[in-house]
Amino acid sequence: MDFENIMKRIAPPSNRPVRVKPMNQSAIVIRLTLLSLVILTIIGFFTYDDTDVGMLEGITATFTNFKVMFTEPHFNHFTFMEGLYQVLVTISLALLTTVIGAVISLMLGLLAAKNLSTPKISNSIKNFVAVVRAVPTVLWVLIFAIAAGLGSVAAVIGMTFHSVGYLIKAYSESFEELDDGVIEVLKASGANWWQIVWQAVIPSSMTYIISWTFLRFEINFSVAVAMGAAAGAGGIGYDLFMASSFYLDLRELGTITFYILVFAILLEIVAIRIKRHINIT
Amino acid sequence: MALLELFNLSKRYDQHTIALSDINISVNKGEFIAVIGPSGAGKSTLLRCINRMIEPTNGEVTFDGVDLLHVKRKELRRLRTKIGMIFQHYHLVNRLTVIENVLHGRLGYKSSVVGALGIYTKKEKEQAIQLLRMLGLADQMYKRSDKLSGGQKQRVGIARALIQDPKMLLCDEPIASLDPNASKIIMDYLQKISQSLGITVIVNLHQVDVALQYSDRIIGVSQGQIVYDGTPTDITQEQIHQIYGSDFDDLMVEMNKEKHYAG
Amino acid sequence: MQVNFFFKKRLRALLVFAFLVSVTYGGIMITEYDVIKGFSSIPMAISWGVTNFFPTTDSFEHLPKILISLWETILLSIGSATLASLFALFFAILGSNTTTINPFFATICRFIATLFRNIDVAVWSMILLFSFGQSALTGYFALFFVSFGFLTRAFIETIDEVSNSGVEALRATGASYISIVIHSVIPSSASQMLSWLLFMIETNIRSATLIGILTGTGIGFVFDLYYKSVDYNTASLVVIAIVIAILALEAASNYVRRVII
Repeated sequence: MDFENIMKRIAPPSNRPVRVKPMNQSAIVIRLTLLSLVILTIIGFFTYDDTDVGMLEGITATFTNFKVMFTEPHFNHFTFMEGLYQVLVTISLALLTTVIGAVISLMLGLLAAKNLSTPKISNSIKNFVAVVRAVPTVLWVLIFAIAAGLGSVAAVIGMTFHSVGYLIKAYSESFEELDDGVIEVLKASGANWWQIVWQAVIPSSMTYIISWTFLRFEINFSVAVAMGAAAGAGGIGYDLFMASSFYLDLRELGTITFYILVFAILLEIVAIRIKRHINIT
Repeated sequence: MALLELFNLSKRYDQHTIALSDINISVNKGEFIAVIGPSGAGKSTLLRCINRMIEPTNGEVTFDGVDLLHVKRKELRRLRTKIGMIFQHYHLVNRLTVIENVLHGRLGYKSSVVGALGIYTKKEKEQAIQLLRMLGLADQMYKRSDKLSGGQKQRVGIARALIQDPKMLLCDEPIASLDPNASKIIMDYLQKISQSLGITVIVNLHQVDVALQYSDRIIGVSQGQIVYDGTPTDITQEQIHQIYGSDFDDLMVEMNKEKHYAG
Repeated sequence: MQVNFFFKKRLRALLVFAFLVSVTYGGIMITEYDVIKGFSSIPMAISWGVTNFFPTTDSFEHLPKILISLWETILLSIGSATLASLFALFFAILGSNTTTINPFFATICRFIATLFRNIDVAVWSMILLFSFGQSALTGYFALFFVSFGFLTRAFIETIDEVSNSGVEALRATGASYISIVIHSVIPSSASQMLSWLLFMIETNIRSATLIGILTGTGIGFVFDLYYKSVDYNTASLVVIAIVIAILALEAASNYVRRVII
């Protein structure tokens, strides 16, 4: 234990270099993953079909367009109040989807949670839901539109599918975080499954449920905008599509972007508030 | 001449929160000082004002003859290399190996480019190995630092501070998260460092008994002010009571508990 | 008092429930959503799907074409997210309160990210359609912008979460700013950040399908083509190809996550 010498002594000569960073599995996987992503990115650059436009001209044009859009927005095909109403329609679409999705997911989420269900049921729901989630929302909506016709029904049902896929995963994982002991105690005291769910599982996961559901509502708002543009769901998304592809009205596009931006930021602020509130209590 | 001098040092966060007021301390080379006081008394702020991790509001800090509060950033960095710091929660980069964490102590000596590239000389690496050996961590050298126990992590923290070749160590509650056994090992190391290397050690503690056992000098802080500055032998029960105020009774319970563990 | 407590709790639950019901009812009115049709359309859609929406041997002839545009779309998603992560890393370091150079700058960085994130990917593609037209670049930049906004926020949260302590320790040793970032911030947040990047790529593939439909590019365009020409068998093959690709990607990124975290 001779500190004095250590600080002053010149280390004994040795020829082998000193290793500092040994490779472990984690470090190797991180590097390999990053390397493959970079390679794929570079390959991508050479394969994109960009024959019609030059990259540079496009970027310059984008900046000019931004300037026009954001500094000179105007109302042409709808008034301020009409625009607001269209946003309301979009929000309503998102809301309906979230509410229907949350109710369905709550029930299926309970069955999908490992600690509340049998492994067989849990796994089959989870696998099924993974497939449901893998189908992009727009495809669900378009597939439903064949049966129900384009419109709010197809949009809400189609969007609900993806929401359910997302929320079941989130809910069941929150349920699984519940302390096993709590369930055991209630079981020992003779409570049945429903009593356990209502008295222990739901109350203790409530904060997660609210947080995830609102997060999904936030996502559904932008999904609803997109479905208005791509799948005839109506709302501000439809105006967006018309302004961009039909009227080619850049300034009105700016107005619409402002509408969407304001509401999206509002939702994000509320979501952050909810999250913070939940973390504190 | 004193190694470190604090003159009228004050720190206020806003109009109503005064963390430190008019602190005057003179510290000599090789002293082992324990700063005691209840939580929230300003111990941590005091320690961090010394190396300007927190900017003091008023006053002077003179370290090694240099006025610390009026130096440029670059000079501050150079002075910080001479002041090692040890933290309650060790503050290691968890995903890196033990030896990498130790070598971080040398970064202050390097230019931005060399430091950024993580180029260490062979001598530095060998010094790191020696230090780890000395602190009984030779086998853990290439482990990820989050795989270590609390006591081992704190020893890595000590090695990181020592490789800086410091003149002074600032230890912010180094044993507050450790069990009695590991605490004893860490305090023993700090004492040996101070005695055999002549490094000044200032250590924040909330355990009075540990402070009394190890230090040459006790500084009692209460509500941002120094209420005791003297040897551990002179301090009376009343003075301890004054330092800790209403927390005193809890503290006595805790001390008894610790004695119980030790016994 | 206890009676009161339970009463209040019940009353609050009831109020929340009533609020949700009325808001939902309002939503139904505004969107002119037909509840009965909504429920009845599900069995209809399923029976239609079972009888019509599956690939036939004929549709497999289109498989090479489908796979080529699927590959393009995957490359687009990876490329945009990877490049965006580089920019996001830079902005996140400047935007996080732990590592920022000055607070005003941090606010600006976070504001820019908020702007990019909250303009939806569909909106971006409709805007970029003006300057890039029907080319892959429209989708590329739309994905890039949204990925950039999202990843910046995620990276800032990661930095704030994991690297506070390491930063303080290195600052105390006198290390320079760049050394602190490289030796403390990056190593402690790298795996978490990579996990976010993988998540972004998964999201981007789904978004790319949407963008494709809107801008006439990639796999979305191919789907739209068969869908509009009522070739549902081939359209279903496109869906299956997308699902397999996304599931494979999810499996791969889950593997990486398991190993690195």
